[in-house]
Amino acid sequence: MTLQTLTYLVVGASFALYIAIALRTRAASTGDFYVAGGGVHPIANGMATAADWMSAASFISMAGLIAFLGYDGSVYLMGWTGGYVLLALLLAPYLRKFGKFTVPDFIGDRYDSSAARLVAVLCLIFVSFTYVAGQMRGVGIVFSRFLEVDLGVGLVIGMAIVFFYAVLGGMKGITYTQVAQYCVLITAYTVPAIFIALQVTGTPVPQLAFGATLPGESITVLEKLDGVVTELGFRAYTDGAKSTLDVFCVTAALMAGTAGLPHVIVRFFTVPKVSDARRSAFWALAFIAVLYTTAPAVGALARLNLHATLQPGPMTEPAGSLAYAERPGWMKTWEATGLLRFEDKNGDGRIQYYGDANPAFAAQAEAYGWAGNELTVDPDILVLANPEIAQLPDWVIALIAAGGIAAALSTAAGLLLVISSAVSHDLLRRTFVPELTDKQELRAGRLAAAGAILLAGYLGYNPPGFVAQVVAFAFGLAAASLFPALLLGIFSLRMNAAGAISGMLTGLLFTLGYIVAFKGVFMAPLFPNTADAWLLGISPEGIGALGMVLNFAVAFTVSAFTAPPSPATRALVENLRIPRGAGDAKAH
Amino acid sequence: MHDPSHRAYWRANLALIARCLGLWFLASFGGGILFREALDAFTVLGVPAGFWFAQQGAIWVFLAVLAYYGWASHRLDQKFDVDDD
Repeated sequence: MTLQTLTYLVVGASFALYIAIALRTRAASTGDFYVAGGGVHPIANGMATAADWMSAASFISMAGLIAFLGYDGSVYLMGWTGGYVLLALLLAPYLRKFGKFTVPDFIGDRYDSSAARLVAVLCLIFVSFTYVAGQMRGVGIVFSRFLEVDLGVGLVIGMAIVFFYAVLGGMKGITYTQVAQYCVLITAYTVPAIFIALQVTGTPVPQLAFGATLPGESITVLEKLDGVVTELGFRAYTDGAKSTLDVFCVTAALMAGTAGLPHVIVRFFTVPKVSDARRSAFWALAFIAVLYTTAPAVGALARLNLHATLQPGPMTEPAGSLAYAERPGWMKTWEATGLLRFEDKNGDGRIQYYGDANPAFAAQAEAYGWAGNELTVDPDILVLANPEIAQLPDWVIALIAAGGIAAALSTAAGLLLVISSAVSHDLLRRTFVPELTDKQELRAGRLAAAGAILLAGYLGYNPPGFVAQVVAFAFGLAAASLFPALLLGIFSLRMNAAGAISGMLTGLLFTLGYIVAFKGVFMAPLFPNTADAWLLGISPEGIGALGMVLNFAVAFTVSAFTAPPSPATRALVENLRIPRGAGDAKAH
Repeated sequence: MHDPSHRAYWRANLALIARCLGLWFLASFGGGILFREALDAFTVLGVPAGFWFAQQGAIWVFLAVLAYYGWASHRLDQKFDVDDD
């Protein structure tokens, strides 16, 4: 059987499974649609949360970014998992006790203000669409490579599948589909990792292979890798290029952003009790940790394999570099997608892949007869190409395709549901059309989800940059807008609507403005995106941390000069601090 | 919080959260970022310790923190008779 047929088979089988689950768990009420009736077991919920939260960025991009960034890639590992701790400790139990459907619901009720609810909806829509754009690019990459269909056709298939189970099944369908998707994606991630760990180090556990000694040599994987990459003029793998302050800020922004992401928070409304919300958070992190501790090993081993493929002999001899005509099949197929490019700068018909931006290496490269780096590798392809680079069997490669699609679709579905509930519940029923019935609200929700899918598909067809980067901006926006408002709503009795609203708007506008000024969304960047031009040396990826500090500062200042919240609001906050008495999540 | 036992519960709860966040900060911002270079003099499982904290250790500590929090917060709920079982 060819790889192509096998891929269709594996991906097709996984789709059939998701659709079967969606059909069995169709939502009948708004409660089922938004929060699965509040009755999902903590372990199942933890697994669904893990699938929801591990997006295309985690699955497809992260290990590739780590492979090329080395130490700097740690921000994604610590940031995304550490944010989970913030969410579990500071928000999840209290929002579960509060027991409403959506994040704007909480903000609107806690601050007793429709304006606050509207601002929260605005922040939520910005965050969710930025995030969904990243997912759709991931889907596009997987489809265009493995199904070898046109990107547009692939996207339409993906959109139809998401529409089917998110729109018909609602949260209940999504929850059980995501349990299945977790199983698919984690198998797809760990199986090739185990194979490669065995191949390179003889240890089957990737987490141990990460520091293992290479067989027949006296050095470890990382020592070898540091040696190989510095010899080629790259920065040592265990070194970082980012300043300590920037690493600190990016990590902080990713952490607070994870905690402020609406589609992850809403997950905690689906368990029966407050204590279940805490247990569920532990399980979710445990399921996430399986992938997140495997990723650094995948990154390091893939980088090692990549260099071994491209530079099989010594650099002093011209024949040490791989001849372009003898390149392996995976390079040819990735070249077709445009995500891998070769340019024979010195015209010797061989591939020289080295750090040509390093002035200290320039003289050496010239002595070898090299005229610049000739290979451009998009980090997004590394995880997908990894099994092919390591020459693993075809079924493993097919599995990776199914896993990547599962990761992107499960997250996209969760986000679309959050967007649709923001429109039908928060905007229509709670703000503009209060006389809406349950049934009409459900219909409006499905319509909004359909609209959101179309827009997401458009964004996927015209993708804005690297998956993980786009996603990192969504986290920055969430950190600077929603997270402080949620945190203060629970931990401060004095915080009022004026403070929360001005804080959210300051954080959102500052962070968005900074990102647009340096990265240029729908316009040319105003400033060069370099460390010298950045405010305090903080990159656009990390600016959400500063936006969050501004949000807190503005919120405290404004609330100190305006009237304290009403006794009813105080009673609400005092009530949500006590676990006892959490009923099912309710609409009102 | 007009009920004094609820007030005492909330104080104990805040202390628990502070302990957990302390560990969270030490493992990630501490071990993986601020003290990385000093820690790199040691190795954990064959990896320089600071680098290991940044790419592996912090995640394991996070998991331990959530396990501890789940257990300790439930005990706290029972002690102050506010649990939801």
